[in-house]
Amino acid sequence: MTVAETGQTEPAQAPSPGSPRRPEGVRRSRDLRAYLVVLGGVMMLADLYLIFRVAPTDSILGDVQRVFYFHVPIAIMSFLAFFLVFVASIAYLIKRTPGWDRLAQASAEVGVVFVTLALITGVIWARPVWGVWWTWEPRLTTTMILWLIYVAYLMVRAYASNPSQGARYSAVVGIVGFVDVPIVYYSVIWWRSIHPDPVVGPLSQQNSLESTMALVLLFSFVTLLILFVYLVAQRMALRNAEDQLGGIRSAMRRRAGSAL
Amino acid sequence: MSEFLRTLLVLVWKDILLEVRSRELVLSVLVFGLLVAVVFNFALDVTPQRVTALAPGILWVAFAFAATMAMSRAFVREREQGGLEGLLLSPVSRDAIFLGKALTNFVFMFLVELVLLPVFAVLFEFSALSFTLIVTIVLATLGFALVGTLFSAIAVQTRSREIMLPVLFFPVILPVIIGAVEASTRAIGGETTVGFGRWLPLLAVFDAVFLVICPWVFSFVVEE
Repeated sequence: MTVAETGQTEPAQAPSPGSPRRPEGVRRSRDLRAYLVVLGGVMMLADLYLIFRVAPTDSILGDVQRVFYFHVPIAIMSFLAFFLVFVASIAYLIKRTPGWDRLAQASAEVGVVFVTLALITGVIWARPVWGVWWTWEPRLTTTMILWLIYVAYLMVRAYASNPSQGARYSAVVGIVGFVDVPIVYYSVIWWRSIHPDPVVGPLSQQNSLESTMALVLLFSFVTLLILFVYLVAQRMALRNAEDQLGGIRSAMRRRAGSAL
Repeated sequence: MSEFLRTLLVLVWKDILLEVRSRELVLSVLVFGLLVAVVFNFALDVTPQRVTALAPGILWVAFAFAATMAMSRAFVREREQGGLEGLLLSPVSRDAIFLGKALTNFVFMFLVELVLLPVFAVLFEFSALSFTLIVTIVLATLGFALVGTLFSAIAVQTRSREIMLPVLFFPVILPVIIGAVEASTRAIGGETTVGFGRWLPLLAVFDAVFLVICPWVFSFVVEE
């Protein structure tokens, strides 16, 4: 339903609670989100327990290594989020159903939060392990560029003159930005290979994980995936409510105008 | 196809004619580019020993800033005079409108760069006479023009459009800046073939990718 469509259909349905379809769907979606938030909350507590009490302390890096159980899944979730933005943007431009735009917006917003967290946890990790807060290493640089591209994505949406324009423009940025990411990645890799990085962390060689560590990482991954799905679903539901409210408002304004 | 080319040339000619008569874009962008060079000279203290290391960076920062200046104007005129509506109503494909605008931006930027390059070469004393440097400039400017034209069409319709264009433009254009700086370093340093192997293809791949994508997404930007 676009804003214009809801504007026509909503005023008849909204006051009567007996209309069967929409409240049913809303309730089901709310139930699903409630389930997700309870499950996610319990798993998050269990995850913290696993990370701080069960997982063994890294023999080389010490306790700081524990940030890794959050850092890696969060970084992967943010890439997943931007891939979703890309797919939803293409689907929106072709099909023009607002559901795709809601998905694109929700995963872009959650993705920016996740990529910010990935950068912050990365910096916390880098300082004791590499001895520097930041290094222009390909993955770090690409992550920072990702952050910049998707902040620009949210800005385009916010500064557009109307919501449908914002949806189209941000879809264009979502497509162009995502296509650009592999080019950025390879250009930075080649650039780095010419200016070799003096700070090479011990972790770049050591890539075997102890089995308890691998299990904790897997658990962490599932926990954050649930958190991610919950946040995207919640944001989409919020956006859905915003759209409906906008439709009702414009319908009321129209009715007030015709009464005069 | 020749019909398409003719349409393209008419669109480019329209913009060039406008520029020749108003003289508001190319000259001001040129002055801006020179200012960047002067500011960098003091900011980085460019001595003859360090010129090969610093000159390519200064050159491309100046070119990239000048490009955002030039391209932010590209659709302003169309918007103020309602020219874009006229173009969209005329029996011309959206691809032609986009490519025409991009080609105009390319021509303007290339002109500015052709004037700035020898001036930079004199100011910082490096040799600008290199075929590969010209190829680098052509490929990189094409990348600037494609991405910049698309984003300037978006930015001109948004609030705070002066900020939107650079905010969108610079992160996406980063591979072009890396490739252009690296290729220019080699060209200015006097290398002929070594190390060019990957930078010029990188620029070419970037251009090819966005030559396909930008016209397609542009049709969604201008629909209204």
